[in-house]
Amino acid sequence: MSPAHHHAPTAPLLEVAGLRVAYRTRRGHVEAVRGVDLAVARGGVTAVVGESGSGKSSAAQAVIGLLADNGAVTGGTIALTGTDGRRQELVGLPERDWRQLRGTRIGLIPQDPTSSLDPVRTIGASVADPLRIHGWRDRDRIDARVLELLERVGLDDPAARARQYPHELSGGMRQRVLIAAALALEPELLIADEPTSALDVTVQATVLDLIDELREATGAGVLLITHDLAVAADRADTLVVMRAGRVEESGPTGQVLAAPSADYTRTLLADAPSLRRVVERAPRLSSTDETPLVTVHGLRQEFAGRGGRTPFVAVEDLSFEIPRGTTHALVGESGSGKTTTGRAIAGFRVPTAGSILVDGTEVTQLGGKRLREFRSTVQLVHQNPFGSLDPRQSIAQILEEPLRNTRRGSRAERRSAALHHLELVSLPPEVASRRPRELSGGQRQRVAIARALILQPDVVVLDEAVSALDVTVQAQILRLLASLQDELGLTYVFISHDLAVVRQVADTVSVLRRGVQVESGAVERVLEDPRHDYTRQLLAAIPGSGGTRPGDPGIDHEELTAS
Amino acid sequence: MSLQTLTRDQASEPGTARSSAPRARRRPALRPTAVLACLVLLVALAWALAPALFTSYGPTSSVGASLQAPSAEHWFGTDATGRDVFSRVVHGASHSITAALVAVAVGLVVGTTLGVIAGSVGGLVEDALMRLVDVLLAIPGLLLSLSVVILLGFGTTNAAIAVGVTSIATFARLSRSRVLEVRRSEYVEAAFGSGGTLPTILWRHILPNSAAPVIALAALQLGSAILQISTLGFLGYGAPPPTPEWGLLIAEGRDYVATAWWLTLLPGLVVAAVVLSTNRLSDAIGKAERP
Amino acid sequence: MRYLLRRIGGALLVLVLAFTAAYVLLAALPGDAVLARYGNPDLGLTADQLAEIRAAYGADRSAIVQYLDTAVSFLRGDLGYSVQSGAAVSALLAEALPSTLTLAALGLLVALVLAVLIAFTATHGSLRGGRPTAWLRSALRGLPPLMVSLPVFWIGIMLIQVFSFQLGLVPVLNAGPVQSLILPVATLAIPIAAPLAQVLIRSIDEVSAQPFVAVARSRGASAWWLLWRTVARNALLPALTMAGLLFGELVGGAVVTEAVFGRMGVGQLTAQAVAARDTPVLMAVVVLSTVVFVLVNLIVDLLYPVLDARLRRTDATGPARTGATSSAPVAPASPEPAERSEVTAR
Repeated sequence: MSPAHHHAPTAPLLEVAGLRVAYRTRRGHVEAVRGVDLAVARGGVTAVVGESGSGKSSAAQAVIGLLADNGAVTGGTIALTGTDGRRQELVGLPERDWRQLRGTRIGLIPQDPTSSLDPVRTIGASVADPLRIHGWRDRDRIDARVLELLERVGLDDPAARARQYPHELSGGMRQRVLIAAALALEPELLIADEPTSALDVTVQATVLDLIDELREATGAGVLLITHDLAVAADRADTLVVMRAGRVEESGPTGQVLAAPSADYTRTLLADAPSLRRVVERAPRLSSTDETPLVTVHGLRQEFAGRGGRTPFVAVEDLSFEIPRGTTHALVGESGSGKTTTGRAIAGFRVPTAGSILVDGTEVTQLGGKRLREFRSTVQLVHQNPFGSLDPRQSIAQILEEPLRNTRRGSRAERRSAALHHLELVSLPPEVASRRPRELSGGQRQRVAIARALILQPDVVVLDEAVSALDVTVQAQILRLLASLQDELGLTYVFISHDLAVVRQVADTVSVLRRGVQVESGAVERVLEDPRHDYTRQLLAAIPGSGGTRPGDPGIDHEELTAS
Repeated sequence: MSLQTLTRDQASEPGTARSSAPRARRRPALRPTAVLACLVLLVALAWALAPALFTSYGPTSSVGASLQAPSAEHWFGTDATGRDVFSRVVHGASHSITAALVAVAVGLVVGTTLGVIAGSVGGLVEDALMRLVDVLLAIPGLLLSLSVVILLGFGTTNAAIAVGVTSIATFARLSRSRVLEVRRSEYVEAAFGSGGTLPTILWRHILPNSAAPVIALAALQLGSAILQISTLGFLGYGAPPPTPEWGLLIAEGRDYVATAWWLTLLPGLVVAAVVLSTNRLSDAIGKAERP
Repeated sequence: MRYLLRRIGGALLVLVLAFTAAYVLLAALPGDAVLARYGNPDLGLTADQLAEIRAAYGADRSAIVQYLDTAVSFLRGDLGYSVQSGAAVSALLAEALPSTLTLAALGLLVALVLAVLIAFTATHGSLRGGRPTAWLRSALRGLPPLMVSLPVFWIGIMLIQVFSFQLGLVPVLNAGPVQSLILPVATLAIPIAAPLAQVLIRSIDEVSAQPFVAVARSRGASAWWLLWRTVARNALLPALTMAGLLFGELVGGAVVTEAVFGRMGVGQLTAQAVAARDTPVLMAVVVLSTVVFVLVNLIVDLLYPVLDARLRRTDATGPARTGATSSAPVAPASPEPAERSEVTAR
């Protein structure tokens, strides 16, 4: 039972006890939630933290009565207590009663702002939805309320925004619109289901600030669902840690973080790069007289605007050097040009101007056969391990393919090389005969790394290679990458949006913003003593530092790297 | 008419994009309707291959009194000249199904070749080929096949080719879009990134991963071709009269619609059952492929 | 309006190419519709007389000249003369068109109503709400695939059999103008309603699974609200692309329906033209219906941006790698779309 229950004089706003949720599937019943207790106090924030498959989203959907068609609450109670002290049981509520509750007493802030707004209706119409649904008829009154809400969530020129369509707004603005719609009727309970996981890190901070601010103003309780322990640590007063449908641990945030009682909480804490050091890694010493392995100079990449429009400049005048055996990170948010740069280094794109020297070879001049031969020098690992492996090939075929392409070795030699590289990435040999769909995300990413290494490249470009993975898996892959670098003397180009990770794995870093390098240098120097405002903003936005606001430089960095 | 390709299966199961739990290998179980569809198609195919096993009467010989209602002796009754209708339907399978297979082969081979070339070569070649496909699509199907029939002359094979021509555009569009989609995938990029050449990658990755929707379309087109060929037969541009082609069979029963319902109803139901089965099969192939 | 010009240009190009294709298929290669009609030895025409007739039809000039000549005549509205009857094709068409247009318009209307009715009823439950009629919904879902599997001419014959002969509801002989339309319209509507309903059902299913529908539910929307305010408009858009396809079905359906019911019309004209190898008539029908097809698609193309705001700006997609390295793969177009910075929005 949550402590909030004991301290509050009256019953908490939301009280969930023994909740069970099951799904009917082709493989029979699958229990996603197996007995969950949690409570949300009026004006408080309860965060449910867990990795994929923990059942946290199912629990949240049950609270608002929106489980998928094949899902159902199979046990437990969900009780909502109003300001008048009337307690209403939600399990088994008829659909008609649910409809009256949704939007008025329980509001939802959804996960993915890009697909959560109706694309063919205006922003104003979407925000007005809850009002119209719940019986508002006066058009002028509705319009006025919509403008008020849009202004309240911090959108400039609300009247103009109300006439715009979702695709004309950025992700963060769309999330603000969704928050406005959720708040339209001032519900007592807000369910925020991974409200910022699709957003850039600086945007994430401002959106979470907004939710906090509105919660304080309206006195609503917030049920925050997140995979990110650091976000939960910043924002919640009560933590509920879930795994495999069960609550591993719950309690006041400070208490859980300071003295976790469950092993799983300790693992989560240890693996969160923004809270703890995840990778032990000696800094690579580079002698200054040695010629760098990779030299990028004056790189510029334009994308032609169609029909005579001015071309879009994705990367502008970018220069950096990477000594052999070190890791250089390219850091930035979406649209920063980091991926474009990585792809140019890997020879997937001819830049508009500039030069890329890898081990004395000018990559931008390569073509045909010479480009194919160069492929063995630089390898790229994609972000999404679900898309980068051919679903029809076995793992052995996938690993042997680069060798076949480059005509190396006999059939038997290729097979033994494949098995050797499976071992290198700590996968058992029986994986060789499996197909990608039989592997987990982390296993697939190991296979992708093994495939990149089998040609014995000098440079590996890791394009957000750990970003799609659960935090515990991410930590394992980061450790693997570090040990492979030690063992094989690899040089990494590490592309990431996550400064907390970069801090731990890179030697040098380039901070990119809209195609321009705002700052570059040794990681310690850039992150400890940022000289550019944007770098400071990025640093301040790292969750786990206690609800900081953008542009606020008063953040204690030592705290992050400690322990 | 690649309706199947418009949508994806929306199975609502727990589990998210971040899923890291090992997932068991699973083969979707064949649904009863799919099994039934396969059975119907197998029977139709058997009729086409060995009609004599299913009926002892000849398809064109008079075997009894004219216009007898269905009975144990004559399952589908007899027609105006005393021929056994069931036996005509069974023997007709070889005409109708062979013709449909010819039609699908024409569309599949020509259309897929065009589509794969367009999708993998790109540039001007792609523009030119796709413009050709637009033109094929711009002429209503039946009129296009009538034009081809006029050019080639009447007859089952020519009707089959004419129907095949109308499906070239659909196959070309689908295969091109599949090739483009697979080509944009990261595993194809990874293959290029490890030194692969276009021909090997086309063969090793792009074609195998593009095939399933095209096969599903082929199954769908098989049914569609049976319908279109029977329409040409009904209009009198297919096989000449004594032939037991399905469309012609129904056309012949039309004059006795007031007195002998079985002449049109029963052959029509057989056609509908076979076509419906190809639809179901196409659905099943499409679904099995989606993860 | 660059978009407008590009679409119209594309449509014109397809028209020219389609005309050429029809010409090559129907006029140039078999060219000798004249021989087909007059070459029969029974007519006893001499070679000179044949040549004279050919000259009269303009069949003796070079292929290019004939092609251009035909093209110019078509543009002027002169569609040539029927080889079979000698009448002007335009006159034949003008006579046949009203009956066919009535049939087609009514058929389309009935089909639209039928398709929307089937699709909305069949999917209503997937939006949640009461579910007492699950069996009805699954039956309705099975209906369109069944309807596309039926030969059109067979539907016509069955309708005659049931409604005229068994039930005696609609007279076959001496039917009034309205009565004589009932069964043909029904026959034509079924094969058109079926694919439309299929696309609508799939489209509604797909839209219903979108997050924004779940969000609307989280605001308290009822099943009807979801269907009308949220799902319908998004789901109807994909159905619009069916317009061209439906027109093709309409033409094919008209030919078959008119043949089954013995109605005079463009379809019947076409069928007779094919039987008599009367290529000028078929040529005119093909070209005219292609013009209509291209127009329909053009209208749909131009309508799309009006209905869907996302298409109002022409999106520039990232280019492929087109450097000197031609053997390099086409890189996925991912120039990381520039997002407005959120920090400044605050």
